[in-house]
Amino acid sequence: MDTHNIALLEGREGQVYEKRQDGPEVEIACDKTSLSGSVSQRACVFCGSRVVLYPVADAIHIVHGPIGCAAYTWDIRGAVSSGPELHRLSFSTDLQEMDVIYGGEKKLYRSLVELIDQYQPKAAFIYSTCIIGLIGDDIEAVCKKVAKEKGIPVMPVHSEGFKGTKKDGYKAACSALMKLIGTGSTEGISNYSINILGEFNLAGEAWIIREYYEKMGIQVVATMTGDGRIDDIRRSHGATLNVVQCSGSMTTLARDMEEKYGIPYIRVSYFGFEDMSKSLYDVAALFPDRPEIMERAKEIVRDEIRKYYPEMQKFKAALTGKKAAIYVGGAFKTFSLIKALRTVGMSVVLAGSQTGNKDDYRRLKEMCDEGTVIVDDSNPVELSKFVLEKEADLLIGGVKERPIAFKLGVGFCDHNHERKIPLAGFVGMYNFAKEVYESVMSPVWQFAPRKGGLK
Amino acid sequence: MTKPAASAATAKTATQNACKLCNPLGACLAFRGIEKCVPFLHGSQGCATYIRRYLISHYKEPIDIASSNFNEETAVFGGSHNLKLGLKNVSQQYKPEVIGIATTCLSETIGDDVPMILKEYEAIMGGEGQLPAMIFASTPSYSGTHIDGFHAAVRSAVKTFAAEGPKRKLVNLFPGMISPADIRYMKEILTAFGMPFVLLPDYSQTLDGGPWAEYHRIPPGGTPARAIEDTGSASASIEFGSTLESGKSAAGYLEEHFGVPRIHLPLPIGIKATDRFFEALEQLTEKPMPELYEDERRRLVDAYADGHKYVFGRRAFLYGEEDLVISMAAFLSEIGVVPVLCASGGKSGQMKKRLQELVPELDELGIKVREGVDFVDIEHEADELKPDLLIGNSKGFAMSKRHELPLLRIGFPIHDRFGGQRLHHIGYRGTQELFDRIVNTVIEQRQNSSPIGYTYM
Repeated sequence: MDTHNIALLEGREGQVYEKRQDGPEVEIACDKTSLSGSVSQRACVFCGSRVVLYPVADAIHIVHGPIGCAAYTWDIRGAVSSGPELHRLSFSTDLQEMDVIYGGEKKLYRSLVELIDQYQPKAAFIYSTCIIGLIGDDIEAVCKKVAKEKGIPVMPVHSEGFKGTKKDGYKAACSALMKLIGTGSTEGISNYSINILGEFNLAGEAWIIREYYEKMGIQVVATMTGDGRIDDIRRSHGATLNVVQCSGSMTTLARDMEEKYGIPYIRVSYFGFEDMSKSLYDVAALFPDRPEIMERAKEIVRDEIRKYYPEMQKFKAALTGKKAAIYVGGAFKTFSLIKALRTVGMSVVLAGSQTGNKDDYRRLKEMCDEGTVIVDDSNPVELSKFVLEKEADLLIGGVKERPIAFKLGVGFCDHNHERKIPLAGFVGMYNFAKEVYESVMSPVWQFAPRKGGLK
Repeated sequence: MTKPAASAATAKTATQNACKLCNPLGACLAFRGIEKCVPFLHGSQGCATYIRRYLISHYKEPIDIASSNFNEETAVFGGSHNLKLGLKNVSQQYKPEVIGIATTCLSETIGDDVPMILKEYEAIMGGEGQLPAMIFASTPSYSGTHIDGFHAAVRSAVKTFAAEGPKRKLVNLFPGMISPADIRYMKEILTAFGMPFVLLPDYSQTLDGGPWAEYHRIPPGGTPARAIEDTGSASASIEFGSTLESGKSAAGYLEEHFGVPRIHLPLPIGIKATDRFFEALEQLTEKPMPELYEDERRRLVDAYADGHKYVFGRRAFLYGEEDLVISMAAFLSEIGVVPVLCASGGKSGQMKKRLQELVPELDELGIKVREGVDFVDIEHEADELKPDLLIGNSKGFAMSKRHELPLLRIGFPIHDRFGGQRLHHIGYRGTQELFDRIVNTVIEQRQNSSPIGYTYM
């Protein structure tokens, strides 16, 4: 298929790299705002904040602005709760033209008071959208006033869409969480305790992870933010260790907690047997005075892998030699995915992310095979070009990447917010391999034009 | 699931679980129905991405929407630089013939003069070969809903391309926001009448197309710009949408500027409304209804007879875009289902009046019409009005689950079922499909709740 005439946009050359033995040693450009007109797969600052805080289930989340931002994020993530489900409701001040002219503070105040009366939440998060950054509503003042009147934390989240990238939204969310942390009692928290950070309980993944740690004899104080509860967050400064996944979104919080409360943190990933095992061992190693924690970690790993190994061999036999393309939100996830795909015999021909940083890409370059293309903040045209040129059999991404794969006759695995089947943990690796197998090996591709199907 | 509004106090100021979307979404959808056109949002990156995601989840097709990607400097100094750079980049990457530019709350609030920026861009770039044509629609998210953006984009396309010319045998059809399957059906009907036509926007292929043998920067299909040019010399325009005012519509524009008569009809759902549509076509073409559609009509009348007992007296809630709700209510009234609540997040101020024209016995039947509501308002009504079924987009699912009411999914979006883009809603064929689905919804509920479990219904 002819793709050589698809050229990269001026200003994007540095963000695309092909690994070549004899190639020049260049740093991949990243941490840039998206190029105007490039059809980036990224969203905005608001999106960053919204995804991080969304799973907090006993708070209300109010989007201050016109209706779109709230409508498009209503019940958007598969982040499940074991109790309250306020996070699945969508609240907006639904600003109208007159509000834009005269300001939205009064409307925000009334909205907040009424919603708090109606739902009796443990806290409220108020997200500023683009327009708030222009009309200059004093959100802080309104939040303070309502917090005082209602006796619950009311947290402004400064997430005006245009004020940076998705990463700045992560930071705004973390700083809202930071204001909550430290306001609850740490009574009853053991010395063998952790917070799970950057795990959003998509399809119940946080429960799987939590169970492993609890089996090891470790107390989990708070999960941020999967199946999140305000009271847990408020006392999370009592934990001994922060275990951070999805490092892009939550490392800021871990650093802030280390600085303020002296809690060390480690970075982990729960995707794939290798990284999942490592995240149990790494935590256990930090509690050396209780060797039984490590013993139990080893038991869990042994039992779980034994359980899934035979089935995995079946997948591996079928998938060996197939090629995958990865384009996801955070670069950290790509590391795990590369390893997980190797477990089932697949190689990676394209790896990229929306928000990776220099360190991420350096590591990605080391991990990747010769000929692999690495992209930062890519777009549909580039992704299609490389999927075709590299003859990928599978694309891993989110909703926006899915139709690219299917149009081109390529299998697809959703590794984003919308997944309904847990992909974390040992069982998650099995589910992942199964999903990849079911998509790549499906007989439907015989009809795809690219695979020689009838036109 | 958390039940909203358990306490006595109900929040009235905020919108909860909105029954509407924002203005730019509709514009992007309409632009997708123009051949070789890329939609372009002048605002933050998030607007384009969220809207893409929302549309993709329904249509299951690639939907690329460019963005001028505002940053803090843009917000302070204006979006001119970003817009021009964005147009240049999108032209290079997509090689479009048309770029459909819509604004957002951000660019509207800072007061960017987009038409002027476009003129400057054309002046700067004029020397560099053929520029794509540019359509501009003003779609501030703080006013109206997605349906306003949709019509604004269609009107602006006509405004940009339509040219005056001697009247010819040609009909324009502006069907509004219907499904790709509906669009294909409309094209089939017009073809069967042997009448040359321009249907705008036509996203029947761009949003429900085949696999790609080769990479397409822009999916094939859509109304060509040169066809839109012809709309100015058509003998008439047919335009669907009861609440769509001529001052905001494409057909209204053509009538005012080129004297093309505007035949304004409700969305043709149900026999009566579809008859009106076919009558209009018969008059315009001076041909009788093709036998194929006489047949479809006969089968539909026959089906009404076969199924009438299952549905008579059932109480339905209708929600969604005002024009869809109005036409659905008229259809339900002709099969004996009472649309006890007709609700919309839109707020045209005309909903009740327009509905009354189609269903004069509205008040006697106890039909309640509410504009500008959200799903919490609708759910409150359910406690009082006790419907038997809900009819609307998939966003009513939470309500249907809590109230254990069947939900018949129609329109947009359908995010939790497969094939929403291939559902028919209009004409005899669409009515037939809707009627079958409604009857089966009732039967299925009866069968499931019957201890005997009849195997004949």
